[in-house]
Amino acid sequence: MKRTTVLVMVGAIVIFGISWVLKSMSLTSTTDHYIAKGFAITFAAFLTLCIFSFLYKDNPFYKFAEHLFVGVSAAFWMSMGFWSTIVGNLIPRVSETLSNYFKVPYHPESYNPFYFLPVFLGILLLLRLSRKVGWVSRWPLAFIVGTTAGFNFIRYLRSDFIEQVSATFVPLLVDWQGIGHFFSNLSLSSTGQFVAMLSNWVIFFGVLCGIIYFFFSKEHKGVFGGASKIGIWILMITFGASFGYTVMGRISLLVGRITFLFKDWLSLIS
Amino acid sequence: MKRELPFVLVFIFGMFMLLQYFVPHEKSEWVYEFFLAWTIIIGIFALALGIWSLFKVSVDKIKMHRPGWGYSYVTLAGLFVMIAFGFTKRNGDAWGLYHLWWILGLLCLGAIMQVRAETNTGRKKMYFVVSLVLLAATVAISIFDNTWSFHFYTSEGLENTLFRNFFDYIMIPILSTMFALLAFFIASAAYRAFRARNLMATLLLFAALLVMSRFNPWIPGAEYVAKASTWLMNVPNLAAQRAIVMGIGLGVIATALKVILGIERGYMGKG
Repeated sequence: MKRTTVLVMVGAIVIFGISWVLKSMSLTSTTDHYIAKGFAITFAAFLTLCIFSFLYKDNPFYKFAEHLFVGVSAAFWMSMGFWSTIVGNLIPRVSETLSNYFKVPYHPESYNPFYFLPVFLGILLLLRLSRKVGWVSRWPLAFIVGTTAGFNFIRYLRSDFIEQVSATFVPLLVDWQGIGHFFSNLSLSSTGQFVAMLSNWVIFFGVLCGIIYFFFSKEHKGVFGGASKIGIWILMITFGASFGYTVMGRISLLVGRITFLFKDWLSLIS
Repeated sequence: MKRELPFVLVFIFGMFMLLQYFVPHEKSEWVYEFFLAWTIIIGIFALALGIWSLFKVSVDKIKMHRPGWGYSYVTLAGLFVMIAFGFTKRNGDAWGLYHLWWILGLLCLGAIMQVRAETNTGRKKMYFVVSLVLLAATVAISIFDNTWSFHFYTSEGLENTLFRNFFDYIMIPILSTMFALLAFFIASAAYRAFRARNLMATLLLFAALLVMSRFNPWIPGAEYVAKASTWLMNVPNLAAQRAIVMGIGLGVIATALKVILGIERGYMGKG
């Protein structure tokens, strides 16, 4: 290990220790377990700074936080999955004895021996670890892939295609009472007739032009090319809006972390 | 048998899930719900397989001294400590020797890893003895210390203060900071992308600025900016999103059909 690395690590440990002591002292009057609470807050701040250190470059502190997260989150999801799915949903359906052991309510009417089959398939899936009989794990995989493919076929056909096409066919003339009435009542009010009609036109032709832009079986020339160009303008607006929306979300998270550092850890803001 | 049967199974289950929608009968819906529940249960076994894979990769990395092998200790420590916390619970007000127990457990794990990684026979023996001593101490504490206990039979381990603290003070800070970190990279990307060089780039810039200034009360005409931004999100944005969603939907439908009919076989792997 390089001398500089050792010095940086020693410095980080010393700063961590000082911070822990100061934080614990500041919590003496507010909580009984002030030493543990002080350690938890200091460690959370340390991990926050470890991740932020990636802005400089990939470094051992960032890698430490990254690897810790991988281990902790894997164990967290395994514990949650075991207690909520296996114990919470499976056990009460297959065995009274196991339900009593795991202290989960057993309802005789919900007993279903067919639930032993996914357990059997799950065990077959674990055979993937074996070199000799690993090929058996393809059976549960085939079950998952087959059911998911069939399920997604219908789901996407309904929600992402039929429903979307149906919602695109909106009236292009809203509350139409003649051209004279239209121009005499023209306003930019968001609830007005003009804005409602404009919105419907933009939605209908926007979707149409957007789809034309993605249609590559015909050359984008003439009217088709014009529609494709409008399609890309609409797409650019969407990309810009999505970008702005994402930035706002990330900034709010950043504000949350900065608030944690300056309020909960350093107590510089009230 | 090894390759053909899985494709037949994919076809049968896929066609069943596809056709049951057109047969709105009580029994077909019952089987449909049943299959969805099965998928979730099998998924938990897949999760266990993933944990085993993570463990094996980390152990192999330590054993082979691959680049960054030291960090694998951190992964394994996080994994084991969190699992231990998820299945143990304090019985009274005091923790007793609980903290010593899990620290000794971690050291024991480290010593076992060193036994696997060490090439020198003398050191290998030393680490083996150390790991045995640590294991004995860990087991002794778990037997004789009554202030805490294992909870394999109730989910009370999930209420363990340390399990929750690991979630609150380790998982959440890292996760939210990683997402917050993207704000800086997005800002850097925006600097390069947001130059009004042509109409398309100008539209991108305009839409992004309008959406970002939506909740800013200090800009002039904030009320109108908010309204215009809402309209932009609800109308032109919706139109293009819908075009994209339709494309994705068609893509998913085509892929699902290819999988069910056995045209797409990459997911089954080789062999």
